[in-house]
Amino acid sequence: MGETDTIRRPWEETASAGVSEKKTLALDGALTLASGRTLDRVVVAYETWGTLDELGANAVLVCHALSGDSHLAGLRPGQPGDATPGWWDVMVGPGKAIDTDRFFVVCANVLGGCSGTTGPSSLDPETGAPYGLRFPMVTIEDMVDVQARLLHALGVRRLASVVGGSMGGMQALAWAKRYPERVGSVVADATTWRLGPQAIAFNEVGRRAILEDPAFSSGDYYAVGQPESGLGIARMIGHITYLSDESMHKKFGRRLQSSADYAYDFVSEFQVESYLAYQGQRFVERFDANTYLYMTKAMDYFDLQGDAPSLAAALLSVSARFLVLSFSSDWLFPTARSKELVSALRENGNEVSFAEIPSGYGHDAFLLEPEAQHRLIAPFLTNALAHARAAADDAPASQLPGTEVAS
Amino acid sequence: MTPRELLRADQQLITELVPEGARVLDLGCGDGALLARLRDERGAIVRGVEIDLADIALCIERDVPVYQGDLDEGLSDVPDDRFDVVILSQTLQVVKRPRLVLSEMLRVGKRSVVSFPNFGHWRVRAHLALRGRMPVSDAIPYSWYDTPNIHHTTIADFRDFSADCGAVVEREIAFVGRDDGRPRMVRALPNLLADEAVFVLRRR
Repeated sequence: MGETDTIRRPWEETASAGVSEKKTLALDGALTLASGRTLDRVVVAYETWGTLDELGANAVLVCHALSGDSHLAGLRPGQPGDATPGWWDVMVGPGKAIDTDRFFVVCANVLGGCSGTTGPSSLDPETGAPYGLRFPMVTIEDMVDVQARLLHALGVRRLASVVGGSMGGMQALAWAKRYPERVGSVVADATTWRLGPQAIAFNEVGRRAILEDPAFSSGDYYAVGQPESGLGIARMIGHITYLSDESMHKKFGRRLQSSADYAYDFVSEFQVESYLAYQGQRFVERFDANTYLYMTKAMDYFDLQGDAPSLAAALLSVSARFLVLSFSSDWLFPTARSKELVSALRENGNEVSFAEIPSGYGHDAFLLEPEAQHRLIAPFLTNALAHARAAADDAPASQLPGTEVAS
Repeated sequence: MTPRELLRADQQLITELVPEGARVLDLGCGDGALLARLRDERGAIVRGVEIDLADIALCIERDVPVYQGDLDEGLSDVPDDRFDVVILSQTLQVVKRPRLVLSEMLRVGKRSVVSFPNFGHWRVRAHLALRGRMPVSDAIPYSWYDTPNIHHTTIADFRDFSADCGAVVEREIAFVGRDDGRPRMVRALPNLLADEAVFVLRRR
């Protein structure tokens, strides 16, 4: 197998993870949130790939980013052959970095989301109407608690790895801190232990665009249609922050979309303008404006250090192995923040590997640089699996601590 | 069990210098082979620093924790005396700021181990003296224009440099590296007859 392996480029095999069906699970009992509020009924939408081994050692949770969903890889049932595969299809499938032949892979839509998991667009059981802004504020930790309950229901006691990019990486980090005995390793990809003011500022401008759209109607727009203009603008701003100066130069330059000459008008002329308008429009068709507000706020609130005197002090209980990856042109989740995280983990004696992948794609690079990520993540997960199996051999699943879930 | 990898001669010597269970940092750790050996055979707790992404992938494959970093920027996030042994094997000659690198090694490690090709070896001297050309040898296999080696040193020079950086030389091992990874020791006239050396240093 060695020879064929070396010439395979698994990250180029589209939809190799096959067809996966979105399932839902209603959590047992209420969920208490970081804010102190409770949700009586929480439904989680999730998908899985591969099978859980006898030791229960090969589970990998992949956490999605702001606009993602549970459709991580492969195709959906009934989807035509050329339809868009999962959002990280390049990384997940047989022989890919997250190898579905070896791992039991789980991806769930986050709490507060709009792709099947309970969120502001869900019906409030008390009123029978969508929550809107009556939905409680959720944090990254709340999202993680819901995932923990889901995994418990799926029979997963311990994760060989939690993998996430961007907001997904925040969840992966929160996992390691919140459930240290249940996390063998973490892949923190293009992420941060807390956002800086620049990123919070962009999130706030996006939220303002939504909140001040007249169609927003205090979040109760579900009967009449959502604030498309505001959500579209929020997405346009988001896209600017996901790209880099270099990638925008390459992709658009100063080229005009359809005419050779300036129109001397306020129509969309430059290619970059059309691109952003298109991205905004597409987003409006699939994403809920209220969820956008809740997700960006959850990211802004996320701070792995919390009340601790230092980041290292906050991470003292963390035992996981780490692979931390950043991208050279990512100014939204910059390498410097990743290095702070790595430094704190190293200070605590954690086994941590770190690399900055050279890329011109900006923050989006974690979705667009599969080969470089494959070369680092694939061997990391291979070892994570070996460690997880050794740990499972030492402690049979029934005796493992940490099967309780924080409420 | 995977077959035992063949290490470079200097790495072979370094393996024998590292005590059981030591905390080891290897600067410019390359593919991580030395650290993996120290972990597997010495029970060492190992950490690597490497700049090259392909090498980092090989370290990760060997389950050696590795940090992408530029040695010329120092080790500012590593506290004093954090490691029992800090290794710089065949890397001194490629760094831009050897003095900073050695000072940082002495700061973060109780012992520092440095291996380097000896520019004082007779072949090197003869190359320059007799042919009037920049030396190319087994230990220094590059042409002057494409060499990564920007700071050549001799054993005699390195002694002075160590003292100048505030280090005490605990051991000095001069040898001729061979392809089978087994070094031939040089006892007499090391600066003339050895093509490589390993120094063990500590802070004065």
